[in-house]
Amino acid sequence: MSQEAAIAHHGPPTSFLRKHVFSVDHKVIGKQYFALAIVAVFIGMILSWLMRFHLVWPNAALPGLQWLSKVGAPAGVMTPEYYLSLLTMHGTLMVFFVLTNAPFAAFGNYFLPIQIGAEDMAFPRFNMMSFWTTFAAFVVLMAAFFVPDGPPISGWTAYAPLSAVGSDAGPGQGLGQTLWGLSIAIFCIASLLGSLNFISTTLDLRAKGMTLMRMPVSTWAWFITSCIALLAFAVLLPACLLLVLDRIAGTSFFIPAGLVISDRLQPHSGGSPLLWQHLFWFFGHPEVYIAILPAMGIVSHILINSMRRPLLSHKVVIGSMMAIGFLSYMVWGHHMFVSGMNPFSALVFSFPTLVITIPATVLTLIWLGSLYGSRLQITTASLFSLGFISMFVSGGVSGFFLAQPSIDIYLHATYFVVGHFHLVMGVAAIFGIFAATYFWFPKMSGRMMNETLGKIHFWFTFVGAYCIFMPFHYLGLAGNVRRTSSFVYDYAQPLIPVHKFITIAALCTGAVQFIFLINLLYSRFKGAPAPDNPWNATSLEWTVPSPPPWNNFGGKHPVVYHDPYQYGVEGASGDFIMQNSPEKVPVRS
Amino acid sequence: MGKILAVTLVIVAIVSAVPIVMHTWPPPEDISTHGYAIDKQMDETMLEAGFSFLAAQLLLALFIWQYAGRQKQDKLKTFPGGAKGLVIAALVLVGSEILALGVIGQKAWANVYFAPPDKDAMTIQAQAGQFAFYFRYPGADGKFGGMHPDKIDEGNQNFFGLDPENDVDSRDDIVAAELAIPANRQINLMLHSKDVGHSFYVRELRIQQDFVPGLDLAVHFTATKPGRYEIVCTQLCGLGHYNMKAYLSVLFQEEFEKWLKERAGQ
Repeated sequence: MSQEAAIAHHGPPTSFLRKHVFSVDHKVIGKQYFALAIVAVFIGMILSWLMRFHLVWPNAALPGLQWLSKVGAPAGVMTPEYYLSLLTMHGTLMVFFVLTNAPFAAFGNYFLPIQIGAEDMAFPRFNMMSFWTTFAAFVVLMAAFFVPDGPPISGWTAYAPLSAVGSDAGPGQGLGQTLWGLSIAIFCIASLLGSLNFISTTLDLRAKGMTLMRMPVSTWAWFITSCIALLAFAVLLPACLLLVLDRIAGTSFFIPAGLVISDRLQPHSGGSPLLWQHLFWFFGHPEVYIAILPAMGIVSHILINSMRRPLLSHKVVIGSMMAIGFLSYMVWGHHMFVSGMNPFSALVFSFPTLVITIPATVLTLIWLGSLYGSRLQITTASLFSLGFISMFVSGGVSGFFLAQPSIDIYLHATYFVVGHFHLVMGVAAIFGIFAATYFWFPKMSGRMMNETLGKIHFWFTFVGAYCIFMPFHYLGLAGNVRRTSSFVYDYAQPLIPVHKFITIAALCTGAVQFIFLINLLYSRFKGAPAPDNPWNATSLEWTVPSPPPWNNFGGKHPVVYHDPYQYGVEGASGDFIMQNSPEKVPVRS
Repeated sequence: MGKILAVTLVIVAIVSAVPIVMHTWPPPEDISTHGYAIDKQMDETMLEAGFSFLAAQLLLALFIWQYAGRQKQDKLKTFPGGAKGLVIAALVLVGSEILALGVIGQKAWANVYFAPPDKDAMTIQAQAGQFAFYFRYPGADGKFGGMHPDKIDEGNQNFFGLDPENDVDSRDDIVAAELAIPANRQINLMLHSKDVGHSFYVRELRIQQDFVPGLDLAVHFTATKPGRYEIVCTQLCGLGHYNMKAYLSVLFQEEFEKWLKERAGQ
């Protein structure tokens, strides 16, 4: 699209509602996504506290829990089924409303248009609709807490037929599970709209001189992620609709004949439970990369700034991320090795799963190789970025085990899997979110965050996350099964001390997150005023005021002259040249 | 602060590796004829994954130690070989690792799934339902009676929905709540779900297989060591999932025959 078409998408906001609530400004929408993710992550974290507490002190009452659910936690002690409800809600909140929303929708919305020199997204009204649709999905999901028989108990993967047959399958499988299906379907619509917007904006609204290869790595990551999301959510949406139809319209997409549940022969026939698994994981595995790719881009973007040098190869990094995105569609069956698929298909799914470690290893080696001989500056943002690499490696190597069907026979459904995906998809991605927050907060709010509090937050979180998630692997190797509310098995008894250690670590590490929250709120109102370019960075978001005006570049059209990362240049006034500076690049030192 | 991070990384890497090296929480002893291949595969993977883990964490620590806090006057250095060298390294190292693991892994997987059961394997049926396992032996006639979901009546112990009045084959079927098997004889276990998804997991047997409603699956294995082992449901199946378990009794041949006879007499 030509420059002219990008001009004056919309005027300045004219009322409080249009400015702060129903805003079409991508920056406000980005902040709204961020705020929603913060609310979701704290709810999700508190749910995990409740679960961890119950696991090791099953008979101790938690005062106030009965207020949340009289049936689920009479006298403050949760029932086994309420544990499953919390587990389901924890997973759903974290995967959809935190790991998809924060690194992709929140920071992508705020910074993708500015990084490519656009005034706003290609479709600002669609963008507003994306957020408010996501918000509706969140409200529908939260409503499941307050329906009579409680939230669903079938896990965030909602395997059919447990999720499909209705309240016969147990408490929470009535209205709660229907709300879950509707919430995720609504979330899919929002994500589809958002992805289309990201893709169109990247392809059509780049400033003059901003060729594709001059886009920062973070923009590339959001762009690739939106391509993945477009295909993944397009499959989950119909899957959720079919699930809801099975539940309320008497169809049998996922329910076979002859099932006797709660002493009742179910009035269904002809469906396939494996169909749900295929559809769900066709979305579910790319979803892992929807969570982690933006973090890879963000961390690269921040590390380059902290190391004061570009990565060894911009092209290789982008190529690796594309390869990961492409391969992410060929591996879903590795979640189903023991599900009764044809055993030959296990080998077919195993191979690309192992191959995907190649681009992941390339990325890791590029980060390490770029650190070599750099001028690494330690800030809270760079600490979290380095922490990301460590967590990504730790969570990644356990993938070697789970990618092999023969080993998966033993490790499937054990705590080994819990440790693996929490480290690689949860902790690593959240470290990316933290790094992004400390790095971009000055731009978003016009104020600096407190670095001392930030560093305290980093140290406790880094050590704490290892204390929580590394022992999960040991439990899994001993064969400890996941998704049970207490340990009734004989073999699990000697493992209970390990669980106690994990619970204490989780309670402490969770408490430290309130330091982050306090820092965020305090800095928002009382932080030191931020200059336009506090980190001496090169990309376009640092050429605009902090915070940027409603039309980003004040109605001017930025022109881009350089690759995104002109750091470590000699002769320049600093050691860097900004992307929109007409200054020639001297020889790199 | 960079140096503290480097030291922390080294400590984290070593402390994480200690319980693995020391076998603090090891898998239980393998009691199957196929498990050795899985265990061997696991050990080899542990070696390769452990090496990758330690190498990456220690290199990260080393570079942070060396290069954190360097200033503008310090010269930037490029990693020997540059990006090209690293891409080739990743392709060669990880590629060969994948090929090695892929080939060996295929064998271990094939042991469990590709070879058909022996002709003289003993067929037993396992049924999973919320929240119990039941096992069925064909009895003297060697034939299982047909299952009729509408006849399932747990109150009268008719867990499989048998119809002994009209179906001769089902009259001598033996139903038990524990899985008793003779040692050193191949078992062909047919898995049937009554209601929702469940899973059959015996750690010592190195066997885990889902029960998928509407899809009857089979696994075969040979247990070598007499004893009593836990059978655990690993597929989230509802409110009683945490407590869904049964026992596997591996018996000497004569003990097994006695066990079967006692139940046939009931």
